[in-house]
Amino acid sequence: MKYMLLMQFSQDMSDALPPIDTWSAEEVQAHIGFMVEANQKLSAAGELVDAQGLAMPATARIVRAGADGAPVVTEGPFAETKEFLAGFWIVDCDSAERAVEIAAYVSTAPGPGGAPLNMPIEVRQVMSAPQGEL
Amino acid sequence: MTSSDTEEPVDHLLRRLAPQVVGVLTRRFGDFHDAEDAVQEALLAAAVQWRTEGVPGNPRGWLVQVAGRRMIEQVRSEQARRRREDLVARQVPDDRQAAPPADSEDTGGRDDTLRLLFLCCHPVLSPTSAVALTLRSVAGLTTAEIAHAFLVPEATMGQRISRAKQRIRASGATFRMPDREDWPTRLASVLQVLYLIFNEGYATSAGPELLRVELSREAIRLTRTVHALLPGDSEVAGLLALMLLSDARSAARTGPDGELIPLDRQDRARWDAAAIAEGVALITAALPRGPVGPYQVQAAISALHDEARTAAETDWPQILALYGVLERIAPGPVVTLNRAVATAMVHGPAEGLALLAGVAADPRLAGHHRLFVARAHLLEMAGDRPGAVENYRAAAERTASLPERHYLTLRAARLAAPP
Repeated sequence: MKYMLLMQFSQDMSDALPPIDTWSAEEVQAHIGFMVEANQKLSAAGELVDAQGLAMPATARIVRAGADGAPVVTEGPFAETKEFLAGFWIVDCDSAERAVEIAAYVSTAPGPGGAPLNMPIEVRQVMSAPQGEL
Repeated sequence: MTSSDTEEPVDHLLRRLAPQVVGVLTRRFGDFHDAEDAVQEALLAAAVQWRTEGVPGNPRGWLVQVAGRRMIEQVRSEQARRRREDLVARQVPDDRQAAPPADSEDTGGRDDTLRLLFLCCHPVLSPTSAVALTLRSVAGLTTAEIAHAFLVPEATMGQRISRAKQRIRASGATFRMPDREDWPTRLASVLQVLYLIFNEGYATSAGPELLRVELSREAIRLTRTVHALLPGDSEVAGLLALMLLSDARSAARTGPDGELIPLDRQDRARWDAAAIAEGVALITAALPRGPVGPYQVQAAISALHDEARTAAETDWPQILALYGVLERIAPGPVVTLNRAVATAMVHGPAEGLALLAGVAADPRLAGHHRLFVARAHLLEMAGDRPGAVENYRAAAERTASLPERHYLTLRAARLAAPP
């Protein structure tokens, strides 16, 4: 079963999760090291499908089709953005419990003072082909 | 069978022969689109069969025969059967490649490789399509290998290649050398595609995708081939030198966890001395021959970095002069950005910052992370820590490379810490 684990940040969280540009170099280094190691562990376990970090929301654009189908583009940053996706993993594992376990593990990535950030990770099952006949 | 055929690994042999076989069949059947498909199938068959049964005495002849048979099957099954069979019947006896000698390295095969490159890098194709098609037809990679290198599904890459071929067919471009008046622009397209392949591998070799480094190696191999075919062309030599001189530093560019290490902090003992020597020899021979082009100038700059035993010994006045030349022959905001950094190294950060202020208004550079990186470096040199921190952070917010974002965030954090 495939699951997508989304690292979702919101503005209300900024008290509990101070932005990374306020951390010390050692704290940043430890955080990056943890993420690299987490991906290596998932890969070694045969569970990693994909892991990607997204460019910061400052570079985001919102696109809608106009009346004639031509793109209408709104450039970021968006003041009204309360939440943004920082990155995601796709894992292929045996059970929903295991997906939750992986999510809890990556949630412990260290932050200021080396303490676990316990950041929220949204777990969503990736839809697949039907398993049997209906 | 020559001794090199017995010693060469099967995949290397296949990649070397691929463009020659596509060339033979394209000329014989007059259809690049189908020839390319047939050769891809023959390569896949050979990869399996040769590994278990050994390489045949005439590997190129084997591939021509198997791919040719495949093409004839296709021709027979198509609607325009009569007309095309006539065409085949008419062309086969005329073809001097029909029975090539076992160890054939004749000029026919060599010119074919060049013709094929011109076709695959044709200006009617978008750069992404040209890159994919060149890797398959000229470099002899399988669709699966190319898809893996670019981290896209195999079906997606297959479609990209097949659409590129349809576009070539629709444009009426044919398998022949460009005319004299088109030669410079067509060769420029080829070199641009090769450089794109190289950069794709170079820029991403820092990530966990170690396989992507192969792309740099493929680009160097292809450029070596072009250099062997056109030894008198200074820009081809310049591009090969530039690739070798940049690639020479690749082992020192990243630390154990994939973190980026900037040029001035790299362990120069880890640079590839043989690649540097080859690159320096190439560019030293090419520059006086002229005409001087942007690849040669960039190679010369890279050579100056590579030849310095320590960062402090770097010949910045010479590098600054070369950026001046580059700005004259190939102007652009990124070149000016680099000249600003070189200016700061020679005349101090204030002059460099003044130059940056001038180029910052260029819309092509608006919000580009490299502008902020350059400004951060120069402000740091000037002792303006808060200004440097602010610009490193702005650059970190804008880069689309994760290792680069890590590097910039760390650099800002170190600088922000009280001394």
